[in-house]
Amino acid sequence: MTETQIPTEQRLDIRLNVNGVLRTATVTPRRLLSDCLRHDLGLTGTHVGCEHGVCGACTIRVDGKPMRGCLMFAVSAQGHEITTVEGLADADGTMHPVQQAFRECHGLQCGFCTPGFLTVVSAFLEENPTPTEEEAREAISGNLCRCTGYQNIVKSVLRAAEITHERRAEQAEGDAR
Amino acid sequence: MAALTKPKNLQDVAAPGRDGVGASPLRPDGILKVKGDFAYSSDLWHEDMLWGMALRSPHARARILSVDVSAALAQPGVYAVLTHEDIPGSKFYGLEIRDQPVLAIDEVRFHGEPIVIVAADHPETARRAIAKIVVEYDVLPSIGPVEALDPERYGYVHAPADYKAHAFGNIVHSQHIHHGDGDSAEVRALADVIVRGEYEVGMQDQAFLGPESGLAVPAEDGGIDLYIATQWLHVDRQQMCPVLGLPPEKVRLTLAGVGGAFGGREDISMQVHACLLAQHTGKPVKIVYNREESFFGHVHRHPATMVFEHGATRDGRLVFVKAEIVLDGGAYASTSPAVVGNAASLGIGPYVIPHAAVDATAVYTNNPPCGAMRGFGAVQMCFGYETQMDRLAAELGLDPVELRRMNAMEQGSVLPTGQVVDAPAPVAELLRRVKEMPLPEVENWRTADGPDVRELPGGLSNTTHGEGVVRGIGYAVGIKNVGFSEGFDDYSTARVRLEVIGGAPVALVHTAMAEVGQGGITVHAQIVRTELGVDQVTMAPADTRVGSAGSTSASRQTYMTGGAVKQAAEAVRAVVLARGRDRYGWAPAFAAGLRLAGGKALTAAGEVVADLVDLLGDEPVDETTEFRHRPTEAFDKVTGQGFGHVQYTFCAHRAVVDVDVELGLVKVIELAAAQDVGKAINPLAVVGQIHGGSTQGLGLAVMEEIIVRDGKVRNPSFTDYLIPTILDTPPMPVDVLELADAHAPYGLRGAGEAPTLSSTPAIVAAIRAATGLPLNRVPVRPEHLTGT
Repeated sequence: MTETQIPTEQRLDIRLNVNGVLRTATVTPRRLLSDCLRHDLGLTGTHVGCEHGVCGACTIRVDGKPMRGCLMFAVSAQGHEITTVEGLADADGTMHPVQQAFRECHGLQCGFCTPGFLTVVSAFLEENPTPTEEEAREAISGNLCRCTGYQNIVKSVLRAAEITHERRAEQAEGDAR
Repeated sequence: MAALTKPKNLQDVAAPGRDGVGASPLRPDGILKVKGDFAYSSDLWHEDMLWGMALRSPHARARILSVDVSAALAQPGVYAVLTHEDIPGSKFYGLEIRDQPVLAIDEVRFHGEPIVIVAADHPETARRAIAKIVVEYDVLPSIGPVEALDPERYGYVHAPADYKAHAFGNIVHSQHIHHGDGDSAEVRALADVIVRGEYEVGMQDQAFLGPESGLAVPAEDGGIDLYIATQWLHVDRQQMCPVLGLPPEKVRLTLAGVGGAFGGREDISMQVHACLLAQHTGKPVKIVYNREESFFGHVHRHPATMVFEHGATRDGRLVFVKAEIVLDGGAYASTSPAVVGNAASLGIGPYVIPHAAVDATAVYTNNPPCGAMRGFGAVQMCFGYETQMDRLAAELGLDPVELRRMNAMEQGSVLPTGQVVDAPAPVAELLRRVKEMPLPEVENWRTADGPDVRELPGGLSNTTHGEGVVRGIGYAVGIKNVGFSEGFDDYSTARVRLEVIGGAPVALVHTAMAEVGQGGITVHAQIVRTELGVDQVTMAPADTRVGSAGSTSASRQTYMTGGAVKQAAEAVRAVVLARGRDRYGWAPAFAAGLRLAGGKALTAAGEVVADLVDLLGDEPVDETTEFRHRPTEAFDKVTGQGFGHVQYTFCAHRAVVDVDVELGLVKVIELAAAQDVGKAINPLAVVGQIHGGSTQGLGLAVMEEIIVRDGKVRNPSFTDYLIPTILDTPPMPVDVLELADAHAPYGLRGAGEAPTLSSTPAIVAAIRAATGLPLNRVPVRPEHLTGT
């Protein structure tokens, strides 16, 4: 739909690389990246829980690094590679190990915080593929969950590391054949 | 009559039931949720939709002298600016008392009360329009819980001649309970020791992560379709219809994805505003609160002040208890009457005390309205009575767990309401179990390389290397009712349909139960698999096309809607088996003795007698039933006597803490729980509930409070209202007991709330053990520990 043009407000055409696809949007300079993803690009998997950088539900990956979508402007995301929860699974739909693990370990209840945890943990496991429980706890300490008491989220992180290794081993076995 | 045929496919051995009751199948919504594809209420979108927003009062109590909306209306992109004058029907709503204006009328009674609503084509346009509305106020001094009790001097939150029954000044509701001889002089004389304490519980917020949101779509028939995150679709509708001036069939609600609830979605918030704007503009209207507005947009847990006196004999037998409780209900009633009923009837805890006098009262104030939050009146009391038990144990020189076990209620005990406990009540056993769990390592922060600060209070702030750190251990147990009490006609509706699709039997379950994350939909599918012996179960969206399921609250949904699904599945099974009489000539008694499993009909001995697909044939079986728990009755107004609650649920905690006594920093090292769930329908999910509930209790113990000063909310953000992160949350070993309640489906016991009760007092008891401080208020803050 056409929105009211507020005459004093500048609007910019931007190009964003989201989940490997080049997308365009017309936004005001102060359009938050989280709002741009949700409202302009229709990627509602990125959730907005507090809009001031505390809860972590809107966490996305920018050039691989977890960032708060609500603390970035859409315009400043140009030229960077953005990955949202929708971009975690393989092209064939195979779930990312963290997605599979959160589901298997009951690492979510209402699930509102889940996309933020998944993006954070996917990045963490690339840096540290064999975390200890202590390291797993630290990795998710910037994200809030109100339902689970985090116990099964910690399990999910450790399980995701296992799944990654299992998949690699299967891959290696397949290659050997 | 159709010719009888012989059953076929009997050579197949029935596969054992999979993912039925007692198993832990995964959430059916799990894949959508991990892929980011699950549609929460905030994700909804409609062609040409408008954005709704509210102007809220900056004052706790003020007369509204004038409202000028002309500049807002004149702004391009604004489609509607509505005040109470634009409401077509009733201007009030409320869950128990219709005392809350949909939009303020001539005065505001709490900080954040909505006055004007706006619909515009963009949220920013709506925000700018709101900023252009001019309201003139005559600000009045706000009435707090102390002032509320003296209306002659401080005035009324609601004028006595107001629109609702108002015989009691600022009192919303009171309940007295008199048991035995109360606290008479004779009774007091029987006690060797009397311990008196005054306690306070601060205002806690549900802090669900998905803020209030929904989408109202006007329909061609003049009605409205509302897609909404709520806890109770039908009572949202019941409250809205009179306001919108529409009959129920024209207000249709469908549950959208819910980002947590915990009681905060029991009352309506933006529902009626979105519908009014949609009705007025003829366009779909979406409203999404941000976090700040969410703090103003829903009710909170009642702050409480409590005075307890416990008398006991020298050997530790409780003789009497006297309790006086005042709950701050805030500006509007919400569920205050029921919260009062719980506080009074559950206020002495899970103990047998021959004499009791309890008074609980909720007052109207100019503070934010309070209502449902997980634990509902029982949480506050548990902090009071459990602190008393510890103090009494200290006074008597007894072990605190032993004192509790000596006085613990059990099956057959008589409660102060006169109700006889007619199901297992393993209070002593739960305490024994948490006490006997292995304790965590002492000084676990010591490593070969020196102290690991992550394991110490203050964590990576590196505030101590172990100096000034003292360990403490504390215990607590609590009691909560399950389901709606005090004579409320509590029921739930379920529809189950069974048919052959693609050569396999498939069941469909349709209820109006709000799945808020608790996992009710997982449980419904398990129940149908068990009852009908099918693998494939589909869940229809929850909506008002089927009868009410009651609220997702009071730990009741597995009992009530689970019970309704079971009952509907049994009705379906009866019809299916009756078809075997026509089809295969089964005698009625033979058919009635059969069960369904693995897609077959079996005898009690396990002999396969028919294939379910053949039994069903081409005609689906579709049954809808209402399920009710045993009726309860209202508590007598004077004595508080009555069969008020249908079921009780219990949890015990042991908390281990390290306290940096110099800085007042607390680290909870471990929080162990033991809970009786009657029957764990889904063990994985039930443990998840215990973890989550315990963590919310931890929040209340050491961090969570909405700070209200002179009626003004000071910390409506996640920067200032802190909820536990993983670094605040310790390992939580859980021991689940399954002692069946013969009155309940599968013997189950509601489980969601009990863990929220006892975790708070257990943690505070542990801090007391570490510091020796009295700590009569939660949340405990660093300054309470350092005296600064």
